[in-house]
Amino acid sequence: MNGSPMPLQRRIHNLGPVTRIPLGEGKVYEVAGRALAVFRTRQGMLHATQAACPHRGGPLADGVLGSGLVVCPLHGFKFDISTGSPVGNDCRALRTYRVELTSGGDMLLFLDEP
Amino acid sequence: MTQRLVVVGNGMAGARFVEDLLARGGGKRYRITIFGDEPYGNYNRILLSSVLAGSHDAEDIFINPLAWYDANGVKLHAGVRVAAIDTERKVVRGANGIDERYEKLVLATGSGPFVPPISGLRNEAGAFKEGAFVFRTLEDCNAIGQASERSRKAVVIGGGLLGLEAARGLLERGLEVHVVHLMDHLMELQLDAKGGAILQRTLEGMGLHIHLNKSTREVLGSPRVTGLRFEDGSALDCDLLVIAAGIRPNVALAREAGLLVERGIVIGDDLATPGDPDIYALGECAQHRGRTYGLVAPLWEQAQVLADRLSGRDPHAHYAGSKVSTKLKVMGVELAVMGTRERSGADEEIAYEDASRGIYKKLILRERRLVGSILLGDASAAPNLFQAFDREAEIAGDPAALLFPAAAEVKPRSVLDAPDSLQICNCNGVSKSAIIQAARRGCRSLKAVCDATRAGTGCGTCRRDVQTLLEGTLGQGGTAEDPSIHYYVPGVPLAKPDLIRTVKELGLHSVSSVFNALAEGKEDPASKPGLASLLKTVWGKDYEDERDARFINDRVHANIQRDGTFSVIPRIYGGVTTPAELRRIADVAERHQAKMVKITGGQRIDLLGIAKEKLPEVWRDLGMPSGHAYTKAFRTCKTCVGTDFCRYGVGDSTSLGIAIERRFQGIESPHKMKLATAGCPRNCSEATTKDLGAVAIEGGHWEVYVGGAAGSRVRKGDVLCVVESHEEVLRFMGRFMQYYREHAKYLERTYDFVERVGIDKLKAVLVKDEEGIVARLEAEIQAAVDAYQDPWEEALYPVHPQQFARALEPSREKEPAAELAEALP
Ligand code: SRM
Ligand SMILES: Cc1cc2nc3c(=O)[nH]c(=O)nc-3n(C[C@H](O)[C@H](O)[C@H](O)COP(=O)(O)OP(=O)(O)OC[C@H]3O[C@@H](n4cnc5c(N)ncnc54)[C@H](O)[C@@H]3O)c2cc1C
Ligand code: SF4
Ligand code: FES
Repeated sequence: MNGSPMPLQRRIHNLGPVTRIPLGEGKVYEVAGRALAVFRTRQGMLHATQAACPHRGGPLADGVLGSGLVVCPLHGFKFDISTGSPVGNDCRALRTYRVELTSGGDMLLFLDEP
Repeated sequence: MTQRLVVVGNGMAGARFVEDLLARGGGKRYRITIFGDEPYGNYNRILLSSVLAGSHDAEDIFINPLAWYDANGVKLHAGVRVAAIDTERKVVRGANGIDERYEKLVLATGSGPFVPPISGLRNEAGAFKEGAFVFRTLEDCNAIGQASERSRKAVVIGGGLLGLEAARGLLERGLEVHVVHLMDHLMELQLDAKGGAILQRTLEGMGLHIHLNKSTREVLGSPRVTGLRFEDGSALDCDLLVIAAGIRPNVALAREAGLLVERGIVIGDDLATPGDPDIYALGECAQHRGRTYGLVAPLWEQAQVLADRLSGRDPHAHYAGSKVSTKLKVMGVELAVMGTRERSGADEEIAYEDASRGIYKKLILRERRLVGSILLGDASAAPNLFQAFDREAEIAGDPAALLFPAAAEVKPRSVLDAPDSLQICNCNGVSKSAIIQAARRGCRSLKAVCDATRAGTGCGTCRRDVQTLLEGTLGQGGTAEDPSIHYYVPGVPLAKPDLIRTVKELGLHSVSSVFNALAEGKEDPASKPGLASLLKTVWGKDYEDERDARFINDRVHANIQRDGTFSVIPRIYGGVTTPAELRRIADVAERHQAKMVKITGGQRIDLLGIAKEKLPEVWRDLGMPSGHAYTKAFRTCKTCVGTDFCRYGVGDSTSLGIAIERRFQGIESPHKMKLATAGCPRNCSEATTKDLGAVAIEGGHWEVYVGGAAGSRVRKGDVLCVVESHEEVLRFMGRFMQYYREHAKYLERTYDFVERVGIDKLKAVLVKDEEGIVARLEAEIQAAVDAYQDPWEEALYPVHPQQFARALEPSREKEPAAELAEALP
């Protein structure tokens, strides 16, 4: 094997229909003891990140989205929602998770456990 | 098809014009070539005196390094003088033989030093004798600096701005410095005789020797300068001579090319030469309406106009001349001058002098309008005076008050003098040194510095200080204007009036349609709430509401708190409540375990610490409408007890306040509107410092105030009008609100808006109806009033089932997720 090690166990969670998230907004899900923010962009992309802002714990799912960024509602720090990288601030990057859409319109969240 | 644009002169005007052109997308229209006689990128000429004084290094004053030209696709012939222009064939020839063709040509050749005829100045070869210099370029500056190391005693010919700046530099370098001036007082272009005399005393106090009314006949010594002899027969020995006797526009090139040249290259309001519409001129070399300029402010204006025209942003932009007002530092002494220096005819003059402290202030008024002013030694009144001068507004009250700004508005000292560790942005904890570093690292506009450091992104009060630091670090000419500051929102490149026009023309009803049509589909998150607010104002009922464009507060109609919970402030009209209402509020607070119950500064009650998913229940239980304490809209109208109870009351402020709040509740606006009514001028409800206020005065009148503030800034409102009845107060307030809704920038509070537009203009439009729009304003505000709906009704009819979905509270169960486990090998 080469490159990054394979996860030992992959858990896939069905988060339900994508329409649960208003278009262009985010929503909090709690999965396996973790709080995640799942974002549904106007361009039809889904992204998942940790729910709490690394700055002072602001609720990222309540932020405004645009150009692939989320703006935290508390102090306006920006993060790239596909990579988690901070933009214009030097906070820790957000943890990100893979989410996919099924043909039936459900969201699947992939959690890899070591 | 791109055209070829050639610029001659890489100085302050030429390079600024190219920057402005690029900022307006001109890089797509033109292939740009610049010829510059000086062998480097462009630098800030104003700071040469600081380089001479040793407070700046030469590297510090470069505005654009050579790499900038490459990065922007601009071809620079650095160190190449243009020798000739062939206007027939449209070719420019460099002294090194390079030819460049052009479709458009811009001449920005600046000025050269004026050297009066003095015998013995030159050697046989026709060059200056050793030890004699002019002062215009970086090269001159370096040469003077080097010579000063071998010299003891310097003479500067010329007691104007330039000469005194040279003198300052030499004094700082430890030389004995004499200034020789032809006229009978210093800086006669800027100062009157009195001001000149006071300045002279101050400068003499610093160790400068000043000789007035002296005409230099001869330079003594050979091959080195050893002294000067004057027309009156006297002499002065020296080993360094700087001639700073004035400037002459560089026009030889234009004259030889057959262009019309008088004192400068003659141009029209379109900045083109009259004989050849493809050739333009700007900067110190240009002569417009008979005037040439010798300071940077006018040439910034010229550069913008020409960039607007040539980029196509505004092909009809025209330049109408500049009202020259400048703020300078002469040898560290503050000086602000504007308009005329001396009174004439029936002009009124007000002067103040405190010679012992070197302070002199003078105002000249013509028909109660400011037409000229000098502020020497203390320029703290300059911002107000510049404004009065620019707007040509009639001065109300005692004009002498203008000379002494209210104590609260004077900063005790400039931030420039403060220690580096001083915290400038008190919201985000950004220090002076962080701002200076950002500026040195290449952030040249206020916006760039704020983006890089987060300074000024909180309450915004420190932005003036940030701007001062930026200018102090880069010098007046080193800062750049970010074009986006003129945009209504940063992500859509249009100013508010253009944006409104385009939105109407294209029928754009939603925020996403605006991004698609006007921003190449790029949805800038910072621009969304501003666009939502504007579209709501433009389209009213026909606005296509997209909830994701709103800030969280406006999605859930409550104010988010530091822990992600929300505060609930119901409307209490005019701050008047009843025991029954109080009981209900108390019950709700207990039932939903509000973390705190507080009387707000807006005369109502706040229930704090309510979870998002609980909001609909809390609202239903309260049975009161939203107080809009979370949004950019009409907030409250505070009242006082007025005639009903107070022994001083002369007007019924309580029922007026309630009527105002009932009428205008929830009306969206560019920023929040907070109001108050007071029953007498004791002003207990603070009505004179609200966005709009009404104060009862004896005789059954009401004063209507607009643009007051008592938040991060304190400002007394301006009286818009004095009226007789409650109905009239409501009417004029409605007119003002609608005008503010249409004309203010997003997040521009009324205190900035009223200052920007000016109370005279507001009176003309809203009271005298000079533009004939009052009927329309009243109809529009009425439509907005009619469209009012209590947003808390969404408790019963949420716009989306997940509108009040639980936010972050990890301790509790969230949306349950079905789980599919996938075992991997
Ligand atoms: C609750 C209240 C303080 C209190 O406990 O009394 C309050 C609380 C907040 N104010 Fe205020 N202001 C409150 C009265 C005021 C007043 C006094 C008044 O309204 O008469 C002022 C001065 C007047 C003014 O508006 O200028 C005031 C000037 C500000 C400012 C500075 C505005 C400015 O341009 O100078 C801000 C910041 C801003 O708007 O950007 C602000 C912002 C805020 C915010 C909304 C900050 C935020 O975005 O989260 C605070 C919400 C705290 C929270 O967690 O709920 N608050 N704030 C008051 C609610 C009044 C109400 O009933 O609606
Ligand atoms: C020491 C000093 C202090 C000053 N202080 C202030 C101040 O405090 N406030 C203020 O407002 N103003 C001040 N000024 C004035 C200000 O610097 C000028 O108004 C401004 O530089 C004029 O800009 P410009 O582009 O027209 O000319 P310049 O900046 O002189 O640029 C013209 C450029 O064109 C080049 N050039 C000329 N002919 C040719 C040719 N044929 N081919 C190629 N290149 C050519 C020149 O080499 C030069 O680089 C000061 C000036 C000096 C010298
Ligand atoms: S309530 Fe107002 S003054 Fe108090 S901390 Fe919040 S914004 Fe600042
Ligand atoms: S908590 Fe997110 S920006 Fe402060």
